[in-house]
Amino acid sequence: MPTVTMTSHLYRFFPELADVELEVPAGSIADVVREIERRHPGFADYIVDEHGALRRHVLISVNDAILVDRRALSDRVSEGGTVYIFQALTGG
Amino acid sequence: MPDMLILGTRKGTVIIERSGDTWLPRGAAHEGIPVCFAARDPRNGAIWASLDHGHWGPKLSRSQDAGSTWQDMPSIKYPAGARHIGQYLPTPDFDPDAPTGEPEYRDASVYKIWHIAFGHDAQPGRMYAGTIPGGLFSSDDGGQSWELNRPLWNHESRGGDLFAGEATSATHWGGTPASIDYGVFEPGIHSIIVNPTNPQHLYVAASSAGVIESRDGGATWSGRNKGMVMDHLPNPEADWGHDPHYVTACRDDPRHLWQQNHCGVFYSADGAQSWSRVSAPESGVHFGFPIAVDARDGRTAWVVPARSDEQRMTLDNGLFVARTEDGGQSWQELRAGLPQDNAYDIVLRHALDAHGDYLCFGSTTGNVYLSADRGESWQCLGHNFPPVYSVRFG
Repeated sequence: MPTVTMTSHLYRFFPELADVELEVPAGSIADVVREIERRHPGFADYIVDEHGALRRHVLISVNDAILVDRRALSDRVSEGGTVYIFQALTGG
Repeated sequence: MPDMLILGTRKGTVIIERSGDTWLPRGAAHEGIPVCFAARDPRNGAIWASLDHGHWGPKLSRSQDAGSTWQDMPSIKYPAGARHIGQYLPTPDFDPDAPTGEPEYRDASVYKIWHIAFGHDAQPGRMYAGTIPGGLFSSDDGGQSWELNRPLWNHESRGGDLFAGEATSATHWGGTPASIDYGVFEPGIHSIIVNPTNPQHLYVAASSAGVIESRDGGATWSGRNKGMVMDHLPNPEADWGHDPHYVTACRDDPRHLWQQNHCGVFYSADGAQSWSRVSAPESGVHFGFPIAVDARDGRTAWVVPARSDEQRMTLDNGLFVARTEDGGQSWQELRAGLPQDNAYDIVLRHALDAHGDYLCFGSTTGNVYLSADRGESWQCLGHNFPPVYSVRFG
């Protein structure tokens, strides 16, 4: 199954994710976000807006390919792949 | 006598508690997260904070134990089909008389939860939230779920019912510069007033649209901008396009409303049916962001004047609060205890509050000042807070 790796900053809001090997079924990134939301209610709101579009300062890649479809998250992850969830950081 | 101050700051929610005559800040909650507004629900004591996450979307947080612990609350979301007509920041060659093209429709998404208001005592579960891009939301279950107020969202001043299809009128709501941080130029609702004597009677203020009133609990809305003057508009007395910075009403006599904006201080003694500019530019009372009104005497109000739209600094490098007790006919400068040299403090729209004889404000340079005598004298509660976005007595 694909695995999901994410910025540790999200562990602040979902501490139960800090120590788990997060495996999800292969499919679209939208499917992946829905699956994490199912297991950890509220998670999707941190990643996508009310239309399912990726939030402006969040970036997802599938292996080493940056997500192309930020609006519907239709890019797919295959068996054995890795989904990375990043955030931009700025300011002081 | 108030017991608590609640600050929304760039680095979290800061609660300052009174112990006798001493006010003691606690460590921040929501550490490192910008909190654009925080306030206590007087009906049940819950404290609400609007988290302005830079990455993770706007969130609401609630404490039911005076700020000791906090819980994430359900997100506010625009319903499917909620659209608005896109706005763009005017460019230097913007021609207001140029013909407009086809409207650009955008799906609505919450960028910022700018203001939270609590319902009438007769409606214990009712809350309101104002957002960028200009939607008013209400809850009847204490913030567990939220619903977009469609009559205001679909108002003819915004193009009509875009759920149903194409715009049926032009939008007259402009964007607020406060939205630029989110990469957009959209309107925002920053002031919500519930008439304490009539839960069906509401006002909201939007940048850049103006003041809007409902007398039927939000079923219908009407612009209330008669007498408003926006010096920079092609038609300064237009029905729409005004940019109130903050609007508030007297608790005991809400016919008295006050407004601070780019072009002066405005006062209404007739429930916003008409406004009068009551600025005194010669004494510096003109431009600013916050305004507070006395809870009993609607003719008494306070502002924190600033220097000019363009510069947004203190006047003559000294900080003062101005008070009127006669509906803006005259203003007194209140400076005792406030710095009069090398002061660069700007006080934002939600960062001044009044509670009986007490007043408090916080500035963008992290200073918080308290008065226990209606502004006659001030004490500093701390110089090193983060930039302050909101101040409310708890």
